[in-house]
Amino acid sequence: MDVDLMMRVYPFFLKAAVVTIELSVLTTILGLIMGSLGAAARLSRFAALRWIGAAYVSVIRGTPALIQLFILYFGGPQIGIQLDAFSAGVIGLGVNIGAYMTETIRGAIIAIDKGQREAARTLGMSQVQSFRKVVLPQAARLMIRPLGVNINALIKGTALVAPISVIELTYTAQRYIGSTYKPFEMFLLAGVLYMVIIYVTGRGIAWLDRRARIV
Amino acid sequence: MTDEKPFLDIRNAKKSYGKLEVLKDISLRVNRGQIVAIIGPSGSGKSTLLRAINDLDPLTAGEVWLEDVQINKKLPHRQYEKHINQVRQNIGMVFQHFNLFPHLSVRENVTLAPKMLKGLSDDEAEELAREQLEKVGMIDRIDYYPSRLSGGQKQRVAIARALAMKPKVMLFDEATSALDPELVEEVNLVMKKLAEEHMTMVIVTHEMGFAESVCDRVLFMDQGVVVEEGPPEKIFRNPDNERTQNFLRKHLANANR
Ligand SMILES: Nc1ncnc2c1ncn2[C@@H]1O[C@H](COP(=O)(O)OP(=O)(O)OP(=O)(O)O)[C@@H](O)[C@H]1O
Ligand SMILES: [Mg+2]
Repeated sequence: MDVDLMMRVYPFFLKAAVVTIELSVLTTILGLIMGSLGAAARLSRFAALRWIGAAYVSVIRGTPALIQLFILYFGGPQIGIQLDAFSAGVIGLGVNIGAYMTETIRGAIIAIDKGQREAARTLGMSQVQSFRKVVLPQAARLMIRPLGVNINALIKGTALVAPISVIELTYTAQRYIGSTYKPFEMFLLAGVLYMVIIYVTGRGIAWLDRRARIV
Repeated sequence: MTDEKPFLDIRNAKKSYGKLEVLKDISLRVNRGQIVAIIGPSGSGKSTLLRAINDLDPLTAGEVWLEDVQINKKLPHRQYEKHINQVRQNIGMVFQHFNLFPHLSVRENVTLAPKMLKGLSDDEAEELAREQLEKVGMIDRIDYYPSRLSGGQKQRVAIARALAMKPKVMLFDEATSALDPELVEEVNLVMKKLAEEHMTMVIVTHEMGFAESVCDRVLFMDQGVVVEEGPPEKIFRNPDNERTQNFLRKHLANANR
């Protein structure tokens, strides 16, 4: 193993790791927005919205994320959507993970006993009030862990933007392999950095989950 | 007493789930301060009738009136929501499984709705919570979370939560059925206290002894109809209808097992 080489290139990998983190953060934010909208649609009292929500989830979950990304980035210009690689990455991955988060959020909401909503409603609270003050605070606690699973998948999924030339960890590893012919060292370096990011995120989520426990 | 204008008035209530007729033309009038018990076998429609009163399970046909307001008015969605939220503030409901809000303390459980719906200040809400919790004997648990309370304590807090809205009527759906036998009495005592204060109540219960001791009137329901109704002495001691007799006999046998 060429440790010297690894020591020489790792600053570039650190820079790439920052891009991976940026991608992850922005994707998480977009994913949470899409997930909330998706869950709201799926739980709506309007059939049309429910249908749209269901279609979103099944289309996204029924096709490879890589194809979705390629359609957006390579196919987009054909229908007038011109995006730089990084934006395409965030939007593609965010819309993708949003479908999974839709199911996570919806699952947590419907897991709250319907007696909770009924109790709130019988006190005279409106639909919105009972949702905001009674159902959502409980559902939010329930969804932290499964959203953590989604975020874990999303971080690993950022590697998918390498083929559209976003200079993140996987792309950087591939580029250095091209010049050094040392795939073992380069992928190892990228892998270790992914692991650090995922480990820290995981701890953060476990911390949140513990803090949000109902006493 | 009997010719008094009814306070709560259920007129020709019908309810079906698809082909299943759960309530078949039931009428029930409750005067102010009256306490009515509804008894009957499982699946006879007791909960459905009770939950129709605050329109939690809307009727297929029939009307429910509280004083001079029709509760189950047919209105466009938005107007209906406004109307029903207003009406429900007058109708307290207590559930078999308490349905306390687990993420809120006892205090917050009691003050949430009054603060939100009646705009009470923190001080006013605090005073209200203390008053209601005092009444149900739970003032020393005001800072607890529901998970640390026994079933009987939870139910008493749930009653305080309902009372905090100052309802005109209280509905109880088997309030003690989920409790261990030794915890039933503490909840019954609270309900008796309400009875002494002349709270109007409709109580679905499997506890004949309790029903007999607090109620003014008993309805025996079976398969979606009121088979027999009358004063507790009559229904429990000397029922006319064979179905009532059978039910009570079976029930007694079970209770003595
Ligand atoms: N949402 C529903 N959909 C279909 N059928 C229902 C629904 N809710 C209740 N039922 C049926 O209506 C009938 C009456 O139910 P209800 O809960 O009112 O009975 P109950 O007298 O309260 O019984 P229990 O003593 O077991 O609580 C039952 O046959 C029940 O299966
Ligand atoms: Mg019932």
